[in-house]
Amino acid sequence: MRGYEVLFAGNNFLRLLGGLWVTIRISLISIGISLVLGVLLGAAMTVRNRAVRAICKIYLEVVRIMPQLVWLFIVFFGITRSTGINLSGEAAAMIVFTIWGTAEMGDLVRGAFISIPKHQYESGLALGLGKAQLYGYVIIPQTIRRLTPNIINLSTRMIKTTALVSLIGVTEVLKVGKQIIDANRYDAPDAALWVYAAIFFMYFIICFPLSVFSKKLSDKFR
Amino acid sequence: MDRSFINKYYPLYIESAVLTVTIGCMGIILSVIIGMLCALCRYYKIPILNAIAAAYTELSRNTPLIVQLFFLFFGLPKAGIVLSPEVCGTVGLAFLGGGYMSESFLSGLVSVKKTHLEAAASLGLNELQTMTNVVFPQAASVSAPAVCANVIFLLKETSVFSAVSLADLMYTAKDLIGMYYSTTEALTMLVIAYLIMILPVSIVFTLLERRMHRAGI
Amino acid sequence: MNEDIVIEVKGLKKVFGENVIINGIDLTVRKGETVVLIGPSGCGKSTLLRCLNGLEPIQGGSVFLHGEPVEYGKRSLNKIRQKIGMVFQDYGLFPHMTVLDNVMLAPLKVQKRPKDEVKTEAMALLERVGLGDKAKSYPSQLSGGQQQRAAIVRSLVVNPDIMLLDEITAALDPEMVHEVLNVVLDLAKNGSTMIIVTHEMAFAEAVADRVILMDGGVIVEENPPQKFFHDADTERAKKFLSTFSYSK
Repeated sequence: MRGYEVLFAGNNFLRLLGGLWVTIRISLISIGISLVLGVLLGAAMTVRNRAVRAICKIYLEVVRIMPQLVWLFIVFFGITRSTGINLSGEAAAMIVFTIWGTAEMGDLVRGAFISIPKHQYESGLALGLGKAQLYGYVIIPQTIRRLTPNIINLSTRMIKTTALVSLIGVTEVLKVGKQIIDANRYDAPDAALWVYAAIFFMYFIICFPLSVFSKKLSDKFR
Repeated sequence: MDRSFINKYYPLYIESAVLTVTIGCMGIILSVIIGMLCALCRYYKIPILNAIAAAYTELSRNTPLIVQLFFLFFGLPKAGIVLSPEVCGTVGLAFLGGGYMSESFLSGLVSVKKTHLEAAASLGLNELQTMTNVVFPQAASVSAPAVCANVIFLLKETSVFSAVSLADLMYTAKDLIGMYYSTTEALTMLVIAYLIMILPVSIVFTLLERRMHRAGI
Repeated sequence: MNEDIVIEVKGLKKVFGENVIINGIDLTVRKGETVVLIGPSGCGKSTLLRCLNGLEPIQGGSVFLHGEPVEYGKRSLNKIRQKIGMVFQDYGLFPHMTVLDNVMLAPLKVQKRPKDEVKTEAMALLERVGLGDKAKSYPSQLSGGQQQRAAIVRSLVVNPDIMLLDEITAALDPEMVHEVLNVVLDLAKNGSTMIIVTHEMAFAEAVADRVILMDGGVIVEENPPQKFFHDADTERAKKFLSTFSYSK
């Protein structure tokens, strides 16, 4: 059997897609939760209270300074050790990606809020809008326009980063790929080339359209 | 926490940190070179090279490093190209980083105002003189923050090297956890090692950025 | 051919997509002459100026500087451009260089003149426009008027045969318009050859040897300032001038 035939032999391709779905699912859930928590964090980062802002900033920097893989190790191995709770790789991944996603999302939300020029608030108020109206009609719509491309970018980053979960034992697309390669070790010795190339393009097919879409949006909203 | 364990094994961490930093630096330097070349090809719209650079940039930016490394390390040998783990790590990081750097440099180049190019032309500067005296200095200061951010991003990405059996920091930590179940110590040393690697770079970049910001460049 | 002719334009045509921006213009500028181009927005006057310096490709006709053709995209263009000074609406000073470095760039890099000589001349010119104390400042530390004066000095220092000034006061605070225009007036009096695009009518009248009204890509009227501003030949010119007065 030739290497590329392995890809489509039996249900191999479906299995790969299934493995991909594992990481995508982790990303989607983490992105969803991060979105909600990130908006709250972003709002907290713009309050007047210095202590609140400082705490948020510290949270952001602490999360950012470590590679995500180190966080995965800390949560996956560390929590198991210190609490005795046996965390599954998937659960650990979701915890890590939510904590990280929230931090990044919060920073984006803060950035979007402070990027609204002061005169937008002032001209809104000058028109006689109430505070709720000011935010509802003027500030929040503009914030969302600025935010959307960045949120999409962050999502592609998170999708790419979830590929790391194979290193804490989650059976995702890379692991499935390895299983397929091992199973066909004698029939198709060059399967690895095709399988990993296929996985490479799977990620590309997911992330590239998102990047293009985000770029289109940010050009349009500029 | 077990002090004696730390005393016994910290040299392992130093060794693997040195390896991580060495390969990281080589990958980053290469990615800067690749990024500059790609950005120039795209900025000057050099036929064919422009398209190749653009396609490469998208491929490298829209796929995870770990998948790129798997392809290099496990896939390529099947096509007769065998790379050592060290070369794999360097090439992989350079492949990933080149795309990011290319974007950052390009955004600096396109930020140079058309008036400045026209002013240079009307002063009689030729292409090369315009490039070195007008375009590059301005592009550099615009690109600098993004390039710095990329450097930190790439430093953090080095944590993936263990996937291609490079004996890096993650590899060492995982090894110690697997062999001795001394999770707390192994993880603590891992965190400290990464802090020592990344924190100074991050602080220096932040200070530099502030200074440049103040200078109004 | 007349030795005095600095720039000569014959049947110039510039098309941008479907729009004809310049539709056949003939123009001759002699040594020491100051020609002012005026006209409504979009009449092609700035484009004409840019074509004279080879910044725009043209679709018909030709431009000559001292008999040498000015052609967009040609390698020889750099040589010709050294003899044409151009000042832009938004200054175009390089933000990463001091004022002095901006001024010295072309003489040092293009003309390869000795640094001491260039510096002396640059400082003298900066003094002349009242910027002697700003030589070491960066453009961002200067007011708009100061930046524009520095930009004029930058084009002047290479001793161009002709200066092209493209709406150089349009981006300026009204308070600063004067200081810039005074510099230009001074240049005109000292015999510089210039083509000026401007919206400042009083200035145009004071500085011009000849006024040209452009509209729709062609020259509508060409006269000395006295005649043009007080007894224009064409209805179009009278109508254009009336838009500058508030009386009904």
